[in-house]
Amino acid sequence: MTMTLTNTGLIDLSDTTVREANATLQAATEGAFTLANPGGKHALACGLQHPVSVTIKGHTGYYAGGMNKLAEITIEGNAGTGLAENIMSGVVRVTGDASQSAGATGHGGLVVIEGNASARCGISMKGVDIVVGGNVGHMSAFMAQAGNLVVLGDAGPDLGDSIYEAQIFVRGSVDRLGTDCIEKEMRPEHIALVAQLMDRAGLYADPAEFRRYGSARQLYHFKIDNAGAY
Amino acid sequence: MTDQSNPPGGTPRTTPVKSATFDDYTLSEIRRAAATGIYDIRGGGAKRPLPHLDDLLFLGASMSRYPLEGYREKCETEVVIGARHAAKPIVLKTPITIAGMSFGSLSAQAKEALGRGANAAGTSTTTGDGGMTPEEREHSNKLVYQLLPSRYGMNPDDLRKADAIEVVVGQGAKPGGGGMLLGQKINERVAAMRTLPQGIDQRSACRHPDWTGPDDLEIKIAELREITGWQVPIYIKVGASRPYYDVALAVKAGADAVVLDGMQGGTAATQNVFIEHVGIPTLAAIRPAVQALKDLGMHRTVQLIVSGGIRNGADVAKALALGADAVSIGTAALVALGDNDPKWEDDYRAMGTTAGAYDDWHEGNDPAGITTQNPALASRLDPVAAGRRLANYLGVMTLELQTIARACGKSHVLNLEPEDLVALTVESAAMAGVPLAGTSWIPGQS
Ligand SMILES: Cc1cc2nc3c(=O)[nH]c(=O)nc-3n(C[C@H](O)[C@H](O)[C@H](O)COP(=O)(O)O)c2cc1C
Repeated sequence: MTMTLTNTGLIDLSDTTVREANATLQAATEGAFTLANPGGKHALACGLQHPVSVTIKGHTGYYAGGMNKLAEITIEGNAGTGLAENIMSGVVRVTGDASQSAGATGHGGLVVIEGNASARCGISMKGVDIVVGGNVGHMSAFMAQAGNLVVLGDAGPDLGDSIYEAQIFVRGSVDRLGTDCIEKEMRPEHIALVAQLMDRAGLYADPAEFRRYGSARQLYHFKIDNAGAY
Repeated sequence: MTDQSNPPGGTPRTTPVKSATFDDYTLSEIRRAAATGIYDIRGGGAKRPLPHLDDLLFLGASMSRYPLEGYREKCETEVVIGARHAAKPIVLKTPITIAGMSFGSLSAQAKEALGRGANAAGTSTTTGDGGMTPEEREHSNKLVYQLLPSRYGMNPDDLRKADAIEVVVGQGAKPGGGGMLLGQKINERVAAMRTLPQGIDQRSACRHPDWTGPDDLEIKIAELREITGWQVPIYIKVGASRPYYDVALAVKAGADAVVLDGMQGGTAATQNVFIEHVGIPTLAAIRPAVQALKDLGMHRTVQLIVSGGIRNGADVAKALALGADAVSIGTAALVALGDNDPKWEDDYRAMGTTAGAYDDWHEGNDPAGITTQNPALASRLDPVAAGRRLANYLGVMTLELQTIARACGKSHVLNLEPEDLVALTVESAAMAGVPLAGTSWIPGQS
């Protein structure tokens, strides 16, 4: 789209449909919007592709900020399943907690969860950076292909199961590592990376307190001796 | 006649008998498994004999039904897919679509040829587990974009370029299984499109990462519609296993169309044990699926696209008569392009196989240049000539379909109905819900 459409303003979801709200946000090429009364509705502010800024005043349902490109979206509340799924670029931030599969399959951009994230945070992530202020649930970074998951709190069971080339940094405890996920050395460049990601996320802790996890790369090829690993 | 194997004057011997249970193939597979310690992986669909559409016959017109004049009276073939919710449904000139097959499993040349052939026939093609290539978008007028559990290459730009979206829940060859692409085919371009290290043995997820069950899927589909502005149809593809319930749940989840893939359906690669032992035949799946649509008042509103072993116009006509709106082809389209052509027999022999049996598509050494990422082999396939062959083949299937429809007195192929059919075997009569030929007996119903 070449036309510049600036439509800064307030969208009240108590008297606007999700379709109308999304159509307005998707068409806008710049500006700042506030979505009031989200009421846990699904698919809010999804499919945005321009550098607009959106603040959602309250809780959102499934897939808020889904497939985001360039936009900066802040949810002042909690988010349901699939927050920022398949995000390409831009920033999606939640001030509260996020449900399952936050940042799932994200290709780029930044997802910030200031509270806790539930199970499968960063599942199949493909390049996105995810920073979680609290804890993440079980099976987080399952099959994670690329990108970074930074957890300031603790991680639940089976962290990084079947992980590919993504990196996981956890400050607190890890209940149990998943198949083919191992602890790796935290070198200076990793400390710098964690510091930089926390800085972008606006969340702070001592980067030296984090431990790094990634793929042992033992399951990259079919080998009969691996059969018992699953 | 004297038995040459018995010595004169000696004790007569019986002919050596091989076990039907432990036949030569079974024995060779036991030996192979014992030697290698890994299960057999291959491409293609179920190879064992199964009840199929061949077990049905059309009755044709006679005293009580009037045929249409071949070549003179019109027999329409146009089918519209996806008008339930989409502003821009897909209009097919012939109800035979090209099934989802990934770039990665297929060469770029093969994908282009599929697009060219489908365009000439006025039908659609489908992406696959690996994203959309610019070449296939360019060469396909109507392109269906798959959303798979792996989400390889998934992005909103391609989503908005698609003419329809297909949420893949399962495939007939492996209901309950994910994709598989072995290292030989993960070259630099394929690896980059899938965000994977080059050369690894890729096993895709079988469950979607951000939804579980039909209630979630309904919300997922709403999100896809929000991102694409409610413009394009959304299909749900399921492998045939519990077709009545799966189709009913797909309708509930908001699908515009359901793709139902029977166990004969091809795959690029999976375990042989999966292909041959999981899921139900195409023939057995159609009637329950149609029944689900009818029970919900959605037959012809939500289209049913059937695949798995569709080979000719008769198969298409039978699927439509049982209630499908369209069919989809994978294997047959590859054969039309040149897969398993006897002209490559020397190459097949060198790999220990023969034309017609070659199914090691996962190894990437296809002499026909179709299921490969090897540039030298892929360059053997001329996309223009191969596309022409596919267009011819689609044209023949359509003419065959019309021939049968006219013989049954139908001015549109969708007017074919179960009453036009009888079955050759008791089992096919029961599965298809049509009478055994020469009787009025439908097992289980009458
Ligand atoms: C080489 C090849 C690759 C395939 N890749 C996919 C895929 O990526 N996604 C999918 O849903 N189905 C895939 N399939 C299955 C087809 O979409 C389709 O269901 C099947 O081929 C239909 O049966 P038929 O081969 O008997 O016509 C593939 C099939 C083949 C032969």
